[in-house]
Amino acid sequence: MSARDDRRAQAKPSTGGLNRVPITADVLIIGGGGAGVSAALHLAKRGTRVVLLERGLIGGQASGVNHGGVRQQGRHPAEIPLAIRSRRLWSNIQELCGSDVEFDPCGHLKLARNAEQEADLLRWNEMAKGYGLETTMLGRNAIRAQHPYFGESVIAGSLLAEDGSANPRLLAPALARMARAAGATLLEHHKVESIEPGFRVLANGQEFTAPILLNTAGFWGGEVAARFGEPVPVESLNPNMLVTEPLPYFCSVNVGVVGGDVYLRQIPRGNVILGGGRGESDPALPRSRPLPDPGFLAMRKAIEIIPRLEGALIIRSWTGIDGGMPDALPVMGWSHTTPGLLHAFGFSGHGFMLGPAVGEILSELVLDGRTDVPLEAFDIARFNRQDGVEPDVWKTRLE
Amino acid sequence: MSVVVVGAGPAGVRAVERLVEAGIRPVWIEESPDGGGRVFQKPPPGFSRDAKALYGADAARAQAIHDTVARLRAQVDWRPGTLVWNLRPGPRLLNTQGPDGTTQEVPYERVILCTGAMDRALPIPGWTKPGVTGLGAAQIALKAQGLAIGRRVALCGTGPLLLLLAWQLTKAGAPPALVLESAGWGQTLRAAPGLAWNPVGALRGLAWRAALRRKGVRIHAGALPLRVEGADSAQALLWRDAKGAEHRTEVDGVAIGYGLKPETQLADLAGVPFAFDTLQRLWLPERDRAGRTAVPGVYLAGDGASIGGSVVAELAGTRAALAVIEDAGQPVDPLETDMIHRRLWLEARFRAALERAFPYPAAHAAAMPDETLLCRCEAITAGDLRATDAPEVNRGKAFTRIGMGRCQGRVCGPAGAEVLAAARGCAVQDVGRLRGQMPVKPVVMA
Amino acid sequence: MTPVRLVDQARPEIGFSVDGQAVTARQGDTLLAAILAAGLGRVRNSEFGDGPRAGFCWMGACQDCWLVIEGLGARRACSTLVEAGMKVIRR
Repeated sequence: MSARDDRRAQAKPSTGGLNRVPITADVLIIGGGGAGVSAALHLAKRGTRVVLLERGLIGGQASGVNHGGVRQQGRHPAEIPLAIRSRRLWSNIQELCGSDVEFDPCGHLKLARNAEQEADLLRWNEMAKGYGLETTMLGRNAIRAQHPYFGESVIAGSLLAEDGSANPRLLAPALARMARAAGATLLEHHKVESIEPGFRVLANGQEFTAPILLNTAGFWGGEVAARFGEPVPVESLNPNMLVTEPLPYFCSVNVGVVGGDVYLRQIPRGNVILGGGRGESDPALPRSRPLPDPGFLAMRKAIEIIPRLEGALIIRSWTGIDGGMPDALPVMGWSHTTPGLLHAFGFSGHGFMLGPAVGEILSELVLDGRTDVPLEAFDIARFNRQDGVEPDVWKTRLE
Repeated sequence: MSVVVVGAGPAGVRAVERLVEAGIRPVWIEESPDGGGRVFQKPPPGFSRDAKALYGADAARAQAIHDTVARLRAQVDWRPGTLVWNLRPGPRLLNTQGPDGTTQEVPYERVILCTGAMDRALPIPGWTKPGVTGLGAAQIALKAQGLAIGRRVALCGTGPLLLLLAWQLTKAGAPPALVLESAGWGQTLRAAPGLAWNPVGALRGLAWRAALRRKGVRIHAGALPLRVEGADSAQALLWRDAKGAEHRTEVDGVAIGYGLKPETQLADLAGVPFAFDTLQRLWLPERDRAGRTAVPGVYLAGDGASIGGSVVAELAGTRAALAVIEDAGQPVDPLETDMIHRRLWLEARFRAALERAFPYPAAHAAAMPDETLLCRCEAITAGDLRATDAPEVNRGKAFTRIGMGRCQGRVCGPAGAEVLAAARGCAVQDVGRLRGQMPVKPVVMA
Repeated sequence: MTPVRLVDQARPEIGFSVDGQAVTARQGDTLLAAILAAGLGRVRNSEFGDGPRAGFCWMGACQDCWLVIEGLGARRACSTLVEAGMKVIRR
């Protein structure tokens, strides 16, 4: 007897065909990323019968393999209320998760490398002030004094002190444990094979039914939406991430740049995690892989802002599959074609931080019919407009 | 046709030799400065011992491999000191880093991966201390550097390498202070009929045993290392004999290695499917008997695909080259391929018997104490892994960082799988295998 | 745990330095062999506070013997031959 790669370690034994007795629930969730798992948790906490179907492992794609930024800074104005609510939730993340997910409110410092970028920072700061977000602008001298490791190319930076980072490998699985403890059913290796209105969902030979369906399927959320006549231009987005060997600890803040061509942070163990550019993927398998050339570009960009990184060893790389939207804003809200279908996908490379609050908001939409965060900008129908997507000066970039 | 051969051990050498005979000029990439592989590693210039002293009964084969490397270098695009750190099966590209640190992209139509093997580790408390090495490491120290790893050395392992190294050290005037063979006599005897598939090999083992006995070196069968003690270096080994009694022996060098483990990282990046081999208790890339894989243009040969030893590696290297030639539409001699298949079949019978006689001490690995630094790179303990609810090894890695360090799990991977499987109460194959990404070894940031 | 030289003791001596300390090696020594044979006891310290390290595999696989050579950068001690005048920095 031999095992093969394609025999999933955790797959449930096959029932030998379709199970004719459907499993019923109040809410079905497709996709076990941060948003889906958090929705399961928040719904279960309020007594809702929830079944979540995940094609692979919980947090196996975008939620688990991103940079780990917990960041309000730099976001599109439409996303700021959602980010602020998320940040509030992060203050209690350990309680919500029931375990340490290495959340560190270390601050997010966004750098300018020329005058135009500095103006960009000032413009965003002014806008964000309207939402109550306080940033600290560091000029050339101040940034040199406080962060002596930056190179000459760095001329200014904007610090949002309450931003930070966490370990993406831990968040979704931790929320999943809590969701299960609260009574939710989370099924891994349950790839959805068909969805019928109603809703009747077939996965792993089992039928599931519920009057409410949450589409938190990340990149694959596009397929679910298309199934119900709401196709959206979602692309597979694969952030290219590299990790150095452990280096003496020097950098306590998350570092981003205007333009988003590189972003990095050093974890207390010493490794510098840097990203920039995109890897490649085949979402049908699914399989994704980081690429060397974007990696080298990110390395050079990182060395430009932090010269001491030159000569460090890159020991590891990764990427994953996220849903990227043309306007880099998620699709979030009720379906326009199908009652009971609620979307939350396409977080375009910056959904890690939002996941827990998105799940909570979804639970409010389902149970209360309302939430306190404006969602109009995330409406799925925005892609149906005759004139297409408008040019947007705030369009966020992958970071 | 652009053919690349990765590795210049016995498999790579024979592959390149046959390609050159067919009029192909391959790119030949080797990570170390010279050919021969680990098994026939040459000392650097300055050392004087001859092949007989270095390789014993294998001297003639070692010499032939070295001579072939020397002859072939001028007939191929020879790139020593060069690491292949990534393979992209879609566009058929390798990424390399040369001796001066420069990186390059090397295209291939067909690539033969002859990536060799390394020690299969058995982590025990204290194994990260200076003075503790792999068993193959201790042999390389002797062969390539003329060193014993300490004044009083304990060898812990199983199978032919254990006996061979004990004998080589004894011959060099540094007999080991302690030899712990994990296999019991019963296991060895039960496998004896199978070992007869290779009478010469089996007799060699018996001869080493007899010679060691004459020199007063005792081999403790069924004995296992428990803990390396010492402040900043190995000072004593705590071990357990076949009857379960514990002993403490003062040593300043401890070599630990329980068979070998293929370096399969490039095959993994190529997307070659892996299957669990119950005999070697390892996940191995799948290939046909000619070395073809399911991935177009990717061929495997030698210990990098499955542990078979240097004789098998030479045969498999030749066979993989013939497969490349055949797949390129050139004729090959069916008598030769038949002959290679027959010899590989015979060797496989012997190898199977060896694996049964000298198995990896999986239960001992699974039971390692919680405080054992299972992952050397990240200094993560077996207890950390056991404390997770990870159903498989990649989750274990994600939760604990085991296997995330500079070596990317190539050292602790198999033992970690045993620990996790035991904690989950399932078979070791059911916790899966660690999946890799580039770079297969660290690459300098520039 | 200082390794013992068993053969070829007469190879020419070459000088290099480790953390500023002058060390004598033999022609053909790897940095790993030379540093340990000189009695220096380690090639690096674990970043995680669990003590000194001196490599494990001696064949470029375990990645446990990285150090820095001035002007050359990070190198594996087991895969690098000593050259006269090398300035090694242990981490």
